[in-house]
Amino acid sequence: MLQEESDLSLIIAQIVQKLKGSSLYGQLERQAWASLQRPEIKLESLKEDIKEFFKISGWEKKLQNAVYSELSVFPLPSHPAAPPEHLKEPLVYMRKAQGSWEKRILKSLNSMCTELSIPLARKRPVGEQKELLNKWNEMGTDEPDLSLFRPVYAPKDFLEVLINLRNPNYENGDSLSFRTHLGLIQVPLKVKDIPELLTFSELFENEHVRIGQKVLAEQDSAAAQQYIRQGSPTALRAELWALILNISSQPEDILYYEQLKTNVIQHDLLVDSLIYKDVKLTASNDDYYFVFEDYLYQVLLCFSRDTSVLDHFAYNSASPPKSYIRGKLGLEEYAVFYPPNGVIPFHGFSMYVAPLCFLYHEPSKLYQIFREMYVRFFFRLHSISSHPSGIVSLCLLFETLLQTYLPQLFYHLREIGAQPLRISFKWMVRAFSGYLATDQLLLLWDRILGYNSLEILAVLAAAVFAFRAVNLMEVTSLAAAEAVLADLSTLKVMPLLQIFLFATVT
Amino acid sequence: MAGKVKWVTDIEKSVLINNFEKRGWVQVTENEDWNFYWMSVQTIRNVFSVETGYRLSDDQIVNHFPNHYELTRKDLMVKNIKRYRKELEKEGSPLAEKDENGKYLYLDFVPVTYMLPADYNLFVEEFRKSPSSTWIMKPCGKAQGKGIFLINKLSQIKKWSRDSKTSSFVSQSTKEAYVISLYINNPLLIGGRKFDLRLYVLVSTYRPLRCYMYKLGFCRFCTVKYTPSTSELDNMFVHLTNVAIQKHGEDYNHIHGGKWTVSNLRLYLESTRGREVTSKLFDEVHWIIVQSLKAVAPVMNNDKHCFECYGYDIIIDDKLKPWLIEVNASPSLTSSTANDRILKYNLINDTLNIAVPNGEIPDCKWNKSPPKEVLGNYEILYDEELAQGEGADRELRSRSGQSLGPRAGRLRDTGRTVLTTWK
Repeated sequence: MLQEESDLSLIIAQIVQKLKGSSLYGQLERQAWASLQRPEIKLESLKEDIKEFFKISGWEKKLQNAVYSELSVFPLPSHPAAPPEHLKEPLVYMRKAQGSWEKRILKSLNSMCTELSIPLARKRPVGEQKELLNKWNEMGTDEPDLSLFRPVYAPKDFLEVLINLRNPNYENGDSLSFRTHLGLIQVPLKVKDIPELLTFSELFENEHVRIGQKVLAEQDSAAAQQYIRQGSPTALRAELWALILNISSQPEDILYYEQLKTNVIQHDLLVDSLIYKDVKLTASNDDYYFVFEDYLYQVLLCFSRDTSVLDHFAYNSASPPKSYIRGKLGLEEYAVFYPPNGVIPFHGFSMYVAPLCFLYHEPSKLYQIFREMYVRFFFRLHSISSHPSGIVSLCLLFETLLQTYLPQLFYHLREIGAQPLRISFKWMVRAFSGYLATDQLLLLWDRILGYNSLEILAVLAAAVFAFRAVNLMEVTSLAAAEAVLADLSTLKVMPLLQIFLFATVT
Repeated sequence: MAGKVKWVTDIEKSVLINNFEKRGWVQVTENEDWNFYWMSVQTIRNVFSVETGYRLSDDQIVNHFPNHYELTRKDLMVKNIKRYRKELEKEGSPLAEKDENGKYLYLDFVPVTYMLPADYNLFVEEFRKSPSSTWIMKPCGKAQGKGIFLINKLSQIKKWSRDSKTSSFVSQSTKEAYVISLYINNPLLIGGRKFDLRLYVLVSTYRPLRCYMYKLGFCRFCTVKYTPSTSELDNMFVHLTNVAIQKHGEDYNHIHGGKWTVSNLRLYLESTRGREVTSKLFDEVHWIIVQSLKAVAPVMNNDKHCFECYGYDIIIDDKLKPWLIEVNASPSLTSSTANDRILKYNLINDTLNIAVPNGEIPDCKWNKSPPKEVLGNYEILYDEELAQGEGADRELRSRSGQSLGPRAGRLRDTGRTVLTTWK
């Protein structure tokens, strides 16, 4: 009892500390000062009156939403003596693996840099700055020569790393039991089983727009999150997501975005070319997203320069790559994070932003939403950790579901050299963006927000395999299996999940 | 069953030929006995011309109405719509109601248009009212964006002035006629780009009017960012959405072809603008298509051997108001992308299923009422016979309740008009 209490007070203290540094604090302070003018605020009962005022005027709700927002990413309380690395990732072997993966990425980036003789960053001459400013809204046209650039890594490279992950403390033994995991992922992480996953399949078809409108009117993040577990009506989705992610476009947010834009204009980063290349290779060719190409540059180029993103590394197993000012290698005073936001984009990264363009057409809002989605969810899809929503757990969950509930299919695919994870990995890493039709994708992401978890990605991946099982049983090669699963654009997410979860349990 | 359908075509497109062959139809030449002829507009002109024409027999069907140009020529379309509106006004129909500025409330869906040189002086009067406006000049008889240009100064069209001494515009023949329309310089932009809507509408008969709309229309995007800047008036990549033009642009992409499905458009608009205004927009689109057909119905030669599949071009402005730009008698059957090919193949397939029932030798005396199951991706847009059965006085009540949207207006499954709440 005492431990729980002290855990709770620790969490409260930490959240208070965090919020004290936010703009909300300043606003609340100003509101409190301004409220002194009001007749209902009496000196004798100052504290209670101001609290009451906050409640009536909706500021208490805003504070609630902010606290709720912090709680969603807050790591579980740990031992007071645990070092900060434990908050990022409690398991040593995972941390080590992530560390060496990062080294590889940075090495690859640096060698590209050296090969092409391009600096990691450079200040743009004034003429170039003017030009870029002029074509800020149409960076998609007139692109630079990108032929020599290649993505730093692609999902399949990352998969190879995950396949080789091993827990040195775990004795697998030579004897094969029925529990032996025959998939590609060979680490002993705990994953949910179907009964725990049934919450994803609320059977629900009614029109619930009216309830959604009420939720929006209340401006309550927690209620919105509950509500959206059943999917969002198209017209309310943009507002609901903003409410759940606690994004409200304040003037300072817009200013911040403009500041980032100025950074883009003034300095050119090597990663910019990687972003360009990625957009040109993926979103520009996509039937749904090609229209928004220019927005993607406006978001991603700014994102690379946003140092506030560094905050999320406190709970991300990854660490931002460090680079050194020319000639000062190893000297910590000359170390900078590169890119400034610490996130090196990989092949397909821009597809995290693309679906959001269907919801937000104002660049700074689009930017804020994407940034929040990244630091809450997407980062877990490309860093090595033991978190239940981390990609490693998702892979394991996927393979376990398949092996447990579709053993015939699983064994057959293994036999023909088509390990299912090799096909589904890219879906999960991209959170299915670019694979599902947009309206279905948004319904899927509704649930990610609603349950604050990415596990649904693994369940959906398994459901897709289950759906196409008949055809898959007949293929005799990896290429043929890929072909059967190449086109997911006609799939309907919720019916698929429901069929899988209910039919498999019975 | 007397035998297989014999077909002829002037248009060598695989989406057509594959559809004929899959039905087991037999290809013949035009001189032989044929049952189905997919003609070019030139051929239909010959078939129905006084000199070279011939009578079609009961077992022959063609894919154009003889005087389709009443709808598909830019000048005639506008003439017919203007005439239709005046007639409604004369009868005191509520549809012809105007607002305090004299603009039609329900029938203002064609941008202000004049014929040149005939209406030159009227045009000048209008131009001078808003001298900073931009106008678009289009040759009446051409397609694919050919010969179109934008103007914002009277001097740019001096040669169409009737008084002009240096008029090189000698020929008054309709071939050289132009229409000049107020350019919609505030189109709805998505991703900063201008786009238009291409919708397919099948008409099986004009009197009574029976028409179907293909559910799978698409948006055609310009590859270049839109700007109303006068310096870019000459840049056709900014202004004209025709694929025939866009595909020559540097940034043309052969995978998606700059096309979006109408359902993407709907998703985007609902997500960013809300459901009511989106439903209202789509309802209005259906409305203007039906009104345009009603406008030409009285003058159409409703030959029973004919059906026609039109390509409607519609632009949406930034107030979410749709404008009818033009109607094409021979919408392109060329496929610019793989998706396109599938779409057009299915379009022809569904069209043939409606026009040539059961794929058997046609009898043009049939009632042209196909069963619901064969519609495929078409849905009934307007069926005059069924609509009339409901009584004319419902017209005004439903029309002012237009904001109910297509879903509210969808009548139950009695084979009646599906999309409309109005007649």
